[in-house]
Amino acid sequence: VAHAGRTVGRLGEGDWDGKVSEIKKKIKSILPGTSCDLLPDTSHLPPEHSDVVIVGGGVLGLSVAYWLKKLESRRGGIRVLVVEQDYTYSQASTGLSVGGICQQFSLPENIQLSLFSASFLRNINEYLAVTSAPPLDLRFNPSGYLLLASEKDAAAMESNVKVQKQEGAKVCLMSPDQLRNKFPWINTEGVALASYGMENEGWFDPWCLLQGLRQKVESMGVFFCQGEVTRFVSSSQRMLTTDDEMVILKRIHEVHVKMDHSLEYQPVECAIVINAAGAWSAQIAALAGIGKGPPGTLQGTKLPVEPRKRYVYVWHCPQGPGLETPLVADTSGAYFRREGLGSNYLGGRSPTEEEEPDPANLEVDHDFFQEKVWPHLALRVPAFETLKVQTAWAGYYDYNTFDQNGVVGPHPLVVNMYFATGFSGHGLQQAPGVGRAVAEMILEGSFQTIDLSPFLFNRFYLGEKTQENNIM
Amino acid sequence: MWDLVLGDRRINSLRLVAPMWNGTRGIHRLGGAVVPEGNQKKERTILQFLTNHFYDVEALRGYLLQREMSKVHMKNRSFTWLEEQHGPYSAGAFFILKQGGAVKFRDKEWIRPDKYGHFSPEFWNFREVPIEAVDASDCEINYEGLDNLLLLKELQSLSLQRCPHVDDWCLSRLYPLADSLQELSLAGCPHVSERGLACLHHLQNLRRLDISDLPAVSNPGLTQILVEEMLPNCKVVGVDWAEGLKLGPEEQPQDTASPVLA
Repeated sequence: VAHAGRTVGRLGEGDWDGKVSEIKKKIKSILPGTSCDLLPDTSHLPPEHSDVVIVGGGVLGLSVAYWLKKLESRRGGIRVLVVEQDYTYSQASTGLSVGGICQQFSLPENIQLSLFSASFLRNINEYLAVTSAPPLDLRFNPSGYLLLASEKDAAAMESNVKVQKQEGAKVCLMSPDQLRNKFPWINTEGVALASYGMENEGWFDPWCLLQGLRQKVESMGVFFCQGEVTRFVSSSQRMLTTDDEMVILKRIHEVHVKMDHSLEYQPVECAIVINAAGAWSAQIAALAGIGKGPPGTLQGTKLPVEPRKRYVYVWHCPQGPGLETPLVADTSGAYFRREGLGSNYLGGRSPTEEEEPDPANLEVDHDFFQEKVWPHLALRVPAFETLKVQTAWAGYYDYNTFDQNGVVGPHPLVVNMYFATGFSGHGLQQAPGVGRAVAEMILEGSFQTIDLSPFLFNRFYLGEKTQENNIM
Repeated sequence: MWDLVLGDRRINSLRLVAPMWNGTRGIHRLGGAVVPEGNQKKERTILQFLTNHFYDVEALRGYLLQREMSKVHMKNRSFTWLEEQHGPYSAGAFFILKQGGAVKFRDKEWIRPDKYGHFSPEFWNFREVPIEAVDASDCEINYEGLDNLLLLKELQSLSLQRCPHVDDWCLSRLYPLADSLQELSLAGCPHVSERGLACLHHLQNLRRLDISDLPAVSNPGLTQILVEEMLPNCKVVGVDWAEGLKLGPEEQPQDTASPVLA
């Protein structure tokens, strides 16, 4: 055949192509059945098998993917697939976040997570180095957090600062006099005590972290897919506990990923599923059957994470606080920070339970600023009495209604679903630490560096709250 | 891993990489973008092409990058043992001199390493003599290395000119020196931006601050004004914004060898 090709080729190339198509047509007409067409194009579908499927491509999902690939014992040992339903990240909490990082928490685990994340961000060009890409510029402002406390919260703040100092955070307490000295633009009326973070605290650009993680994770060989998880196919096994009670343990075998704007779906066979879906984690958990049972039992305990809408406003105030302004969190819950060099500030306030806005969409309520945020800001910083709102946006908190702290680790009944969600507004700053903890849990079987056992799912059933007192 | 590669291809790739390596060391510096010009640019695209097509080139580049980084880490390790044995001042002085900088003890002359990197061991005797001035220009000092520098509690003058690894995180660490530091120079540091300059407000005793020629600062004139407002007692040297429209920072003659003590 090769000889024939060569001899024919010498006569002229065009002849050869025509002959080939004629031969093909003849064969088609002779043979029965449909023509031998090419395999259908499946490049947009995820792979059919994957060791780990991560539902959610935000900063937490990508962090888990990164640490899984970094801590695997053999190069190429784990096949990871990240499923993200919206590639534009238009509603993802990561991109809409204010981007702050601080160590001023009351739980030691939270402090350690933030400290590790600070060192991760500081050395981001070592962790996320990709040979062909330029170094990442996180635009980190090391200006610190300033938390103000009224009389009744002062004792709690003192004990919190003691815990923070023990864990290694660089935080100092300030009296109202010292506050006035250092930041003359503050009105210290109603402030009994303040805690100021000196190092490793500030704010940065969350998009840059997301892009950096994304490109590093792609270079490590993680698969990405845009689609929606619609179904989990699982198998169950009945077992008896030591008290002779029947327990049904489930194992997810397949994840059905549905493509956008079509009914096409791909069943992905998997060994482990990670729920990092942020504000939508409860839906994913419900798909796996978590919470389907009589209330008060372990089967009936739902994942108590729901989306809560939070507003962020940007305003311009020409006489406002200067370059040294930290992120100030007022006694009323209002917070603000500087944005850039041009006297712009951004901030907001967490609404109370009665004021909670409807999380169905991300539309901004400007009256909320006028009535609930501005008065507190103007009281604390008199210069803010004259300001002009430039823009505003809204984003979701993956709010843990139980105790406002994250859910990390496996589910007791659906044994191969791991959670990395529910961080209620501090997911971005704890993402590197949480990603590493989940990867360690999967690869080693237990938490190795930071012990996040207080964040396991069991606490929802047992009713033990790991309450975090400093939430903004 | 190298055994798996076909002999020809490996030798070819190494042959092409090795001579290019000397010319384009800039890629592997953490110091950021090196502006490619002409020949460098052509070499860069060839290197890029090879990296995209051969796993071993990519792995080699990754390995060399990691090695550069670990070299910097090695230079910036903490000398806690030295500090216990000889006191904080001697340990700090040893760290600076090893990096290639210069130190000045109180009432003594500047101690500087010569062009071979040797320096006189007389400072080991100065256990109780505090260090007044440090000139760490062009040193590869980074965040961890500042551990050794922060031991020097009576430091009055610090020069970090053109240090490639000093960035905003490092500046946020300088507040323990607030009581004594009177003069600070950050001229020419490629990674210092206005965000790091914002945390210099702790240094209330600062009398002279040099922030000229910082390429990462987005708006030098406005930054200078804001820094001057933040540190009212300090003379900020950098861009002369009062001179009208200027696109870049002025070239200020800097006498870095012996900074003047205020």
